Amino acid sequence: MHELAICQALLDQVRLLANREQATQVTAIRLRIGPLSGVEAALLINAFPLVAAGTLAEGAELTCDDAAVQVRCRDCRQEGEASLSCLLCPHCGGFHTQVIAGDELLLVSLEFERTPAKSAHPSHPRSDAHVR
Amino acid sequence: MCDSCGCNLTTGNRHLVETGGALAVTADGHGSIEVLQGLLEANDRQAHHNREHFDEYRVLAVNLMSSPGSGKTRLLEATIQALREEFRIAVIEGDLETENDAERIRRAGVQAVQITTGTACHLDAHLVHRALHELPLAGLDLLFIENVGNLVCPASFDLGQHHNVTLLSVTEGDDKPQKYPVIFRASELILVTKMDLLPYLEDFEVERVRRSVRALACEVEVLALSAKTGEGMDPWLAWLRAACQAQRARTVGQKPSFQPHHHAET
Repeated sequence: MHELAICQALLDQVRLLANREQATQVTAIRLRIGPLSGVEAALLINAFPLVAAGTLAEGAELTCDDAAVQVRCRDCRQEGEASLSCLLCPHCGGFHTQVIAGDELLLVSLEFERTPAKSAHPSHPRSDAHVR
Repeated sequence: MCDSCGCNLTTGNRHLVETGGALAVTADGHGSIEVLQGLLEANDRQAHHNREHFDEYRVLAVNLMSSPGSGKTRLLEATIQALREEFRIAVIEGDLETENDAERIRRAGVQAVQITTGTACHLDAHLVHRALHELPLAGLDLLFIENVGNLVCPASFDLGQHHNVTLLSVTEGDDKPQKYPVIFRASELILVTKMDLLPYLEDFEVERVRRSVRALACEVEVLALSAKTGEGMDPWLAWLRAACQAQRARTVGQKPSFQPHHHAET
């Protein structure tokens, strides 16, 4: 169950970014997890509320985008979809392939709420720049 | 993979940045940012730091991974016995509980640091870094990190090692590489162990392990050996000698390139 450890790492990252953005509440977190990353998205989603409890990410909606495994063949120079247990070239069957997608373990985006900028800092360069 | 030059953008995820842009605002008035950072960034940073330690002291670090009971400690005992006069060796042992493996290694005559992970199923770069501070790196040539026995979780965590070596014992089945593609794909050498038991097994073929590895588009070498009888040990020892030599050649004139901090010297 290394998903709990990954969740902890995710939360640390989310906190850092949320603080940078002066967010008060993180509402949504989007990940991209490839099957070759060795991490199960479903387990991660189950573990997340345990780790996020009591933090500014509590209650945030965690979603994971699927990522298909794709390879590029060094022999026939074509790209195509492959499976987790067979990474051979889908065109020529060769094994000189390189995985070009499917091993990602990425934090894609965050959504959050921010308290409106105080009038005491009207010239703050970040003030509300990305919030309507 | 890094987060500054864009090399973690693949054909599979590029559209995420292209359509959304680096910053976006959602319709309901909440703030939103695109991040595209690796989830294990903190671990990877620490692993990079560990690797700097190893290179500073010109130590070769080898991470041994396998399922529980495939003979990692037994292989280390035989390896230490064979190479003790040639290289200064130490071992970091990862286990959920007990100091048993570290004690076996110490009986083989080299220094061992035991990391007990409690319930954690893998070593990470921070745990290894803590153990490094208990080792006299300046007096070592070769450091083995024996990971927690597990074919799933250790594969996701870089420890700062130079090489991953994965063991597969003949009693486990020859299709393991395709069942656990993540760990075998991350390996630079695969060792089929307990070859002395092969005569008792009807359905294990080393050649099928090689085919299973090839199906993962993996070009790494598969060596078959028995630490118990010594059969097949020579190619493994030769691989280690070559890797040690390459590390020494790579780090000629290596100067400390980062903030010095204390390491125990014994």
